[in-house]
Amino acid sequence: MNYIAISNNDTIPISSIPELEYSAFLELNVLSLIRSAASHCVNYFGFPYHDRIKVICCIANDDHHLINISSSIIDAKQSLHSFSKHNLVFEKFEREIHENFGVNYIDHPWLKPVRFPFNRHNKNSKIADYPFFKIESEELHEVGVGPIHAGIIEPGHFRFNCNGEQILHLEIQLGYQHRGIEQLFLEKKKLLQRITLAENIAGDSVAAHTVAFVNLWESLCHYVPSNDLRSARTIALELERIAVHTGDLSAMCTDVAYQLGSAVYGRLRTPVINYFQKWCGNRLAKGLIRAGRNNYPLSDELIGELIKLLNDYEKDFEEVSEELFSLPSVLARFEKTGVVTAEQAAAIGTVGMSARMSGIKRDIRHSHPHDLYHELQHQPLIRHQGDVYARARIRKKEINQSIEYLRELIQNRPQHKQIVDDSPNPAADSFTISLVEGWRGEICHCAVTDNKGELQHYKIKDPSFHNWLALALAVRNNEISDFPICNKSFDLSYCGHDL
Amino acid sequence: MLDNLRILLHQGKQYIPDVTTAQVPGIFRGRPVISTEKINEDALAEICPTNAISTSPVRIDLGKCTFCGECAFAFPEKIKFTTDHKIATNERQRLVIKEGDEKMVEVNPGQIRKEISEYFSGSLKLREVSAGGDNSCELELNACGNVNFDMGRFGIEFVASPRHADGIVITGPITENMAQPLQICYDAIPDPKIIILAGTDAISGGIFDGSPALNRSFLYKYKIDLYVPGNPVHPLTFINGVLELIRKRK
Repeated sequence: MNYIAISNNDTIPISSIPELEYSAFLELNVLSLIRSAASHCVNYFGFPYHDRIKVICCIANDDHHLINISSSIIDAKQSLHSFSKHNLVFEKFEREIHENFGVNYIDHPWLKPVRFPFNRHNKNSKIADYPFFKIESEELHEVGVGPIHAGIIEPGHFRFNCNGEQILHLEIQLGYQHRGIEQLFLEKKKLLQRITLAENIAGDSVAAHTVAFVNLWESLCHYVPSNDLRSARTIALELERIAVHTGDLSAMCTDVAYQLGSAVYGRLRTPVINYFQKWCGNRLAKGLIRAGRNNYPLSDELIGELIKLLNDYEKDFEEVSEELFSLPSVLARFEKTGVVTAEQAAAIGTVGMSARMSGIKRDIRHSHPHDLYHELQHQPLIRHQGDVYARARIRKKEINQSIEYLRELIQNRPQHKQIVDDSPNPAADSFTISLVEGWRGEICHCAVTDNKGELQHYKIKDPSFHNWLALALAVRNNEISDFPICNKSFDLSYCGHDL
Repeated sequence: MLDNLRILLHQGKQYIPDVTTAQVPGIFRGRPVISTEKINEDALAEICPTNAISTSPVRIDLGKCTFCGECAFAFPEKIKFTTDHKIATNERQRLVIKEGDEKMVEVNPGQIRKEISEYFSGSLKLREVSAGGDNSCELELNACGNVNFDMGRFGIEFVASPRHADGIVITGPITENMAQPLQICYDAIPDPKIIILAGTDAISGGIFDGSPALNRSFLYKYKIDLYVPGNPVHPLTFINGVLELIRKRK
């Protein structure tokens, strides 16, 4: 076997991952492991290894519920053939390897910087000198937006090539949010520091990233969490999904000037995040998820409040949603705006909601279930239009689904177990992968430990890493005035991408 | 039209009538109170992920604290986080809570620049810059303007252009890659202008303190007018802090 197939949250000895010659490694991953939309790359990264670079590629097979891992040792001075030439889903992963280590891919179509990390190979590459795509023509013009935008949002630069009002091409330049998180995971040795880091990767996905980390850590320590812990994590993930989807529907209403929808969805989000505060003292769930324990057991009183919250929420949510999705002025802005076709979505390897809105059945809760999702028997909600409407509609439907899941989870709530925190140690010379379906899509954390069980490498992939390109494709041939609604309909993470 | 009116009617009143006296629902980790109980201080300080706790006497620096509450779980007889959300101040030192100290964290009127009360007491327009912020403080600053908190009623608003702004609100630990855009934005704001640091990351770097990917030199150049702690800041902390800053006088 030239690869090893593992399940989500498995820990394996690093030596059990087959090391292939680069050409065989390339052939395996681009030709045999990815054959249909049911297989996609969840992570592909490199790290320093005895003066050379070890690259590990993780291809998830959704039908078999397995992740196929293979590796190779490469030399930074070598010139290599790229995976991307054969399959575009590897495009950004290879750019990252190029940026971090200077590996030269001779046939990569778009070998540009990704995030200008502090430890990049080429220190002369500056964020202010990003090589934007240009079209020489007297008829066309460029529009540059950012890094600082009009609202209270994170920084990123958007460069449009326009023909009048029409967008021909959009290039998105990121990296402004780079905080060196992956390196800090290695340097900060206390478990609480690492959990705090995970909580601060992306503040709109606190539960998702923290669950990804603690699931990974517990697996690495051969610690099996109780159903009580899993249940609390699943509840937190679904609450986070409801909160952010609701906030996004509010923002989408703002962008099409439907003021009432904006206000109502905005205020509907408040009790959901306030519930997190009642539960764990923080509106965005910071402090809630911990490895091996739960500081905030769900009391009967809290469960009662959650039941009431869902009932109250649902009534007003249905009322305003019925109005939103039947208002001609809203539909005129949503429908056929910002289309990503199924072919495009598959070609660039989008994940999460951004894949499901284009007809791709891709959802970790279904294909590689973690926590209590195997019991919920989750079925992904699929749309086919790939437009703003589909993204709005999926949010609405996913909120309904999350409410049902929460009711089911409350109904079958396991007994709270007080767990003795015996601080187990991570296994030495091991590799662990943790996949979580956050509201935005698939989050992947990978860890490699050395012979003392210390973290040797920590790799984080936010769904935005795949999906920013989907936004760039979505706006092509749209009016530039539709950019805000397209952007908001994806609501991608800058900090999750930049790390 | 009628449907919309019906929806409007069904919302009832959502705004908080008086944000200056409003309480936060449920448990909340606001201003901590540290007792004079004798405990193993080194073990206590060791817990903190951001070195916010120092010893002899025990102190918690709210500018570094991530409000995770783990110290209070380990030493409940020593540390309690109260639900007091009014923890913004214009003095960095005031963010350090000592054992036995039960005083409120307040804006010191003696330290408020004259221009602030002169020009901004009835209207304050702010430009927000996220410089490595994780989008949590950004979400909460957006929430300040929603129908619940409605900060706009005090004439305090976030604006798109620095040219229209009276000051800057910084979130995030300030990354190297955002250092220059932040400076350009600040320079574009007309004088007189204020600087507000929102959130633990902005005030001290938080969990990112010491990362080589940061460049916090901007902060050494100017006087900071308001520190708003939190991870993220609570909208009530922010609104009350800013109100104190523009309304309090010597």
